[in-house]
Amino acid sequence: MGRYKRPEIKLVPVPSPNIIPERDVDKFPVLEALNLGIDFGGLTAVEEFNMAIGCTEIAGLIGPNGAGKTTVFNLLTKVYQPTRGTILLNGHDTYNMNTVQVNKAGIARTFQNIRLFSNLSVEDNVKLGMHNHIKYGMWSGILRLPAYRKGEKQAHERALELLSIFDMQDLASQRAGSLPYGAQRKLEIVRALASGPSLLLLDEPAAGMNPSETDELMENIVKVRDAFKIAIMLIEHDMNLVMGICEGICVLNFGKIIAKGTPSQIQNNPEVIEAYLGKKKEN
Amino acid sequence: MKRISKTAHSNLYTYGFVIIAYAVLMLITATGGISSSLKGQLVPICAYVVMAVSLNLTVGVLGELSLGHAGFMSVGAFTGVVACISLEALIPLAPLRMAISMVIGALCAGMAGALIGIPVLRLRGDYLAIVTLAFGEIIKNIINCLYVGTDSRGLHISFLTNSDALNLGEDGRVIIDGPMGISGITKISTFTTGIILILVTLFIVLNLVNSRSGRAIMALRDNRIAAESVGIPVTKYKMMAFVISAALAGAAGTLYAMNYSTIIATKFNFNTSILILVFVVLGGLGNVLGSIIAAAVLTVIPELLREFDDYRMLVYAIVLILVMIATNNAVFKSMLRRVLGKIRPSITKDVKEGP
Repeated sequence: MGRYKRPEIKLVPVPSPNIIPERDVDKFPVLEALNLGIDFGGLTAVEEFNMAIGCTEIAGLIGPNGAGKTTVFNLLTKVYQPTRGTILLNGHDTYNMNTVQVNKAGIARTFQNIRLFSNLSVEDNVKLGMHNHIKYGMWSGILRLPAYRKGEKQAHERALELLSIFDMQDLASQRAGSLPYGAQRKLEIVRALASGPSLLLLDEPAAGMNPSETDELMENIVKVRDAFKIAIMLIEHDMNLVMGICEGICVLNFGKIIAKGTPSQIQNNPEVIEAYLGKKKEN
Repeated sequence: MKRISKTAHSNLYTYGFVIIAYAVLMLITATGGISSSLKGQLVPICAYVVMAVSLNLTVGVLGELSLGHAGFMSVGAFTGVVACISLEALIPLAPLRMAISMVIGALCAGMAGALIGIPVLRLRGDYLAIVTLAFGEIIKNIINCLYVGTDSRGLHISFLTNSDALNLGEDGRVIIDGPMGISGITKISTFTTGIILILVTLFIVLNLVNSRSGRAIMALRDNRIAAESVGIPVTKYKMMAFVISAALAGAAGTLYAMNYSTIIATKFNFNTSILILVFVVLGGLGNVLGSIIAAAVLTVIPELLREFDDYRMLVYAIVLILVMIATNNAVFKSMLRRVLGKIRPSITKDVKEGP
């Protein structure tokens, strides 16, 4: 893929109407998507996607199946290179970045179909999340230099600390693939958190969880946001969860944003109701 | 902390196994209880063990299929021997010369690995296998057309012609004579050198696997997309595993070549690559001790089967099939587990914890 340098564009942060209502208006948004779009061949999957997320906001991205929600996540993390538009992460254009660089710049994500390192232990999964924060190289590792011991000791302690958010520290030595489904989802969140993001993208975190697990997850998402002071954006079909914890919601249908606003605004929006339930028959 | 000590434990078993095997074999050799044909196999076995462990790093730990591992062995063998012959006057001490030759062989093979890795590691799965296979053949053919000689003015290299084109001085000596390979090598490989190389290889591979870099390499094997999403640079770690694997194969090549008086490029052909892959697969992907045992046993078996004469390879094939059936058989596995469980209780515990 050719990554040529694009001429610098002067970008003026555009305040609302393109912005989901923010918790922290006084601060620069952590993420801004300006006129984002992608075509696959002749098919336009996402277009005119505009939004901004505040530094410590919990934002929801909802919409019917096939609306392009996961595609938006893939655009933000540069799994796909956008055809149009700009992504500003903490004020920096991510145009020339790839997935790895975007993660280093501050976006971590989870996946709709769980993607753990299933043959490795739970602890190793978390340590891999903090890969770029462990400071020793290949030779220290092979020759077991003091840097190795220090780095591994710190990583071990930090991993257990992160796992304790979800009460999983006792599972640290288990194989990640052998965990029950709900625990795997939680582990994926811990791994993403371990990479020290300023924005966490959660792709259907509650999928496959029972109501009590979902309640626990809701509490934990808020807890994570408060403890780490980061922004969280989630795709979710469980409306209880979305309406319960999201401060701003963005509704996507056929690749376009059809509504943005607070949970109560979204609940009463006729277009949203139409997208989910269909149009009333006219006679 | 418990888990770290557990892997350290199993690593100790691997080192211990090699050292005990060495002690036992030295004892048998000293008392004369070993046939001369088997004695001649000791150094090749060491070389194959190193090859298997290093290929296991690419196939088992990184999860990429490489069919050209003999190519790196070849690079290491020829550069190592050329280095050894050139240094003969400079360093009279054989073990030191051997060690330096192995390091040079490893460096050259590592460089070849890096050179191949740059284009090849962008490919995945079958394509990578095909390209590495082609690479092995290319190396073989290049060395077949290579003439290298040495005289008081230094090394002379020539392609495609014959050894006369080297313009050697009166004191000159042809080292690589095209398709005739290298002849007149002073055999300075010993079983002890081989065992030391195995231990160094184990040290590098096991420590790498249990470090930050090794975790990243295994993460690429398990889930490349997830690895990228947490900021692990894919090409860097693929390259790391591939180059280290190639360098170790190069050292093994030097060890192997210095055990014979003549060595030709066609020895390191596709069949050798496949043979080593068989060691790795039968020993278990990612299982280092398994690779060691498989390489040793499968090198010895053809020797032991000499009495079957023409049917030797047939019996060999049957043994391979039986091993594969046995290791996939649930009854056999549980039996093995019961036996091993008495020696090492942690094994049965591990299995119960599994899925």
